[in-house]
Amino acid sequence: MTSLSVILSCIVMFLVTGGLGILMSRSHRATPAIYGLSLLLSAIAFVISLMHLATSFVDAPTVILPIGLPWLGAHFRLDALSAFFLLVANLGGTLASLYGLGYGRHEHAPHRVLPFFPAFIAGMNLVLLADDAFTFLISWEFMSLASWALVMSHHRDAGNRRAGYLYIVMASFGTLALLLAFGLLAGPEGAYGFAAIRAAEHAPLTAGLVLILLLLGAGSKAGLVPLHVWLPLAHPAAPSHVSALMSGVMTKIAIYGFIRVTFDLLGAPMWWWGLVVLLLGGATAALGILHALMERDLKRLLAYSTIENIGVIFVSLGLALAFKANGMGLASALALTAALFHIFNHSLFKSLLFFGAGAVLTATGERDMEKLGGLIHRMPVTSFTFLVGCVAISALPPFNGFASEWLAFQAILQSPNLPQWALTIAVPAVGGLLALSAALAAACFIKAFGITFLGRPRTPAASDVSEVDRFSLGAMGVLAGLCLLAGILPGIVIDGVASVVLSLVGDRMPVQMDIPWLSIVPIAESRSSYNGLLVFLFIAFSASATIYIVHRYASRTLRRSAAWDCGFPEGSPLTQYTAGSFAQPVRRVFGTLAMRVRERVDMPAPGDLRPATFSVEQHDLVWEGLYVPIAGAVGFAAEKLNRLQFLSIRRYLSLVFLALVFLLLVLALWS
Amino acid sequence: MNGPVFDIAHMLAGGLVLVSMMMLYQDRLYALLNVFALHSLVLTLSVAWQALIQDAPHLYVTAAIALIFKAIVIPVALHRMIRQLGIHREIETVVGVGPTMLAGIGLVALSIVVMLRVTPEADPLAREDLAFALSVLLLGLLIMVTRRNAVSQVVGFMSLENGLVLAATGAKGMPLVVEISVAFSILIAFIVIGVFLFRIRERFDTVDVRALDDFRGRRRK
Repeated sequence: MTSLSVILSCIVMFLVTGGLGILMSRSHRATPAIYGLSLLLSAIAFVISLMHLATSFVDAPTVILPIGLPWLGAHFRLDALSAFFLLVANLGGTLASLYGLGYGRHEHAPHRVLPFFPAFIAGMNLVLLADDAFTFLISWEFMSLASWALVMSHHRDAGNRRAGYLYIVMASFGTLALLLAFGLLAGPEGAYGFAAIRAAEHAPLTAGLVLILLLLGAGSKAGLVPLHVWLPLAHPAAPSHVSALMSGVMTKIAIYGFIRVTFDLLGAPMWWWGLVVLLLGGATAALGILHALMERDLKRLLAYSTIENIGVIFVSLGLALAFKANGMGLASALALTAALFHIFNHSLFKSLLFFGAGAVLTATGERDMEKLGGLIHRMPVTSFTFLVGCVAISALPPFNGFASEWLAFQAILQSPNLPQWALTIAVPAVGGLLALSAALAAACFIKAFGITFLGRPRTPAASDVSEVDRFSLGAMGVLAGLCLLAGILPGIVIDGVASVVLSLVGDRMPVQMDIPWLSIVPIAESRSSYNGLLVFLFIAFSASATIYIVHRYASRTLRRSAAWDCGFPEGSPLTQYTAGSFAQPVRRVFGTLAMRVRERVDMPAPGDLRPATFSVEQHDLVWEGLYVPIAGAVGFAAEKLNRLQFLSIRRYLSLVFLALVFLLLVLALWS
Repeated sequence: MNGPVFDIAHMLAGGLVLVSMMMLYQDRLYALLNVFALHSLVLTLSVAWQALIQDAPHLYVTAAIALIFKAIVIPVALHRMIRQLGIHREIETVVGVGPTMLAGIGLVALSIVVMLRVTPEADPLAREDLAFALSVLLLGLLIMVTRRNAVSQVVGFMSLENGLVLAATGAKGMPLVVEISVAFSILIAFIVIGVFLFRIRERFDTVDVRALDDFRGRRRK
């Protein structure tokens, strides 16, 4: 039995599990049963894909199942790229199922979640295995619909309904764009198999058009600016383990679609493709993290941060395209490795952070950071793992986020060798944007952790809490451990994705595991190297030594003095730093430009008894500048066309008649 | 294929167009039905002539169907229906006779231009035949558009179908099954529309389709 057929059977079993979820929806045993089965199945798929990636260098043959279009069938294939993404998806699926075992118990409407959760994982796996355009699109749409159902699981909340509506509109638009892209790729003969598309020659104009459509289709699913508007609404609306899957994994499936077409199917790239992708990625990264910094809803903050990370990944992909177009194999391999590494990392720490947000939500019932605080005392394990996630996503060593972003910057440093002046100017500029977003991300996650977990509880909801269940803690612990492991042993991951990179750009980074002391050296020893293990050991050693010295040599004599108020002269916890006040400096510097932020202080005159108020007005320029006009135009056209609903029979006949006469006239004049 | 054989086929198909033009300016229902019976009769002759010259005996069946149902049964039934409904004295036109005739002439010209342009290499007989058939079809549609009375819309529809049959028989090798199914579909459409007419009548005391518009008047404004 090949690994492909095992994973396909797993997918079938996922669908069966989903059916089981419908059957036993009212039973109280449904939650452990469904999540347990999902856990088992994704673990199997994870192990298989890991083994495939680690051992086999020959691609498994295509499996053709007699379903779908009669003359085409459904093609499935497992190559290195699919195997890598399957690994990411099923690792996320496994841990989300584990987390769901505990988190799902608090779900008040489990029958709305249980049938769709395994179906969602099945859909993502199917997209990764599809080897013809038809199967790909069907799987893609299946994945979208399953996740939409999960977003709508708490549909009594009007905000969630709005998020679901926006999501399904954007998802349909994205699928339409992909449909057109594959239509162009397949050509007039309708060669929908990926093998046929790969073999065909694509004219430069067609290829460029396909790239634009792909950026619209896959970009809208991944959250590329300006198609990101649905993401910060829809991802937080789902239950937290599903949010983790959507943010951590589904956005990666979208990137898989992008990589599959641009690097694999579309043939040799042109240099301007890289420029477009690069600029979009840079804008996405900066805008995403700025929005995240302004946010006070914990889960929405995480969703905006997903947009930033998608931007980072797209910057690396754009670099890889630009290098590949200029025949710089090694640099292209470096950039693509950085992208794939960051994809893996982001799936780890974003799942971890969403799990943490879910734990906070379970314990306190609150997502609003302004109502939390001081949770570190009552939820120590959650706080610690969340802290690990925050450090990792802020790209601080020794965790994994640093390793991948470091590789991305190494790739950016290769840009002076590019021949096109547009690229040599644009790449450092985008690098600057990336550096800015990395710094802002650190600020953002200091805010997220500090406001939520440190200080004193701001409301009773935050003060009366207890630690969450063991399954959730286990899932978060595993993820935190993986974040550290991938950070101190980046060479393993780099060598692991080498076969993927080799198959896509025809070159690979040097083997990293042969380098002594587990260092990684992307280009040459003389230029740059990084050793996560040494950094980790140094941090661990110096921190332990400091603690030891402080405890050993600090004075133990008793001192009496006036109570130090720790900066809190008032007793009320509301006097603490808030999320809004923490973000104020950044809001004033960047917000006035990027979001037209206006602050208003209403200070009553002395003797006036009304309270002073402070209000912040903030605009989403993308929403107001792009989506509101489009929605207005659609509404206007619909209002005009609505009259056609209420014509008489004779008028309808006249319309048909006139249309017929018009077409005949065209025919008469044309031919 | 030329000489008198071609001329007679041409004449019969042209006659059908001529009768269609006649239907355009009939503003009394009885007269309209009579012209429609004539229309079907000309169709019968045309189809029979095609059967003769194409040496296709199954076309005689089509001709017989056209004669029995379209030239006799349907006009007679519609006559009875009109009498039962008590609308045989009604006069109705929406657009004046002059503009309608001008539009009809324009449509005939258009269909001939289109057909002659797009089928340069086809068999000349089929080519002419198709041009006439398209004219008949468009004229039938024009009748439907310019009338307000449900009965005359039915008649317009029937003449449109006659145009389809003309097109079908003009092309060689049209299977009998298709023709029979076309004939039966017309019959069923006729029955359905007949029942429908009585239902409208029961409810609104008129077969003027404007009554339907008033009834539907749930405009969203």
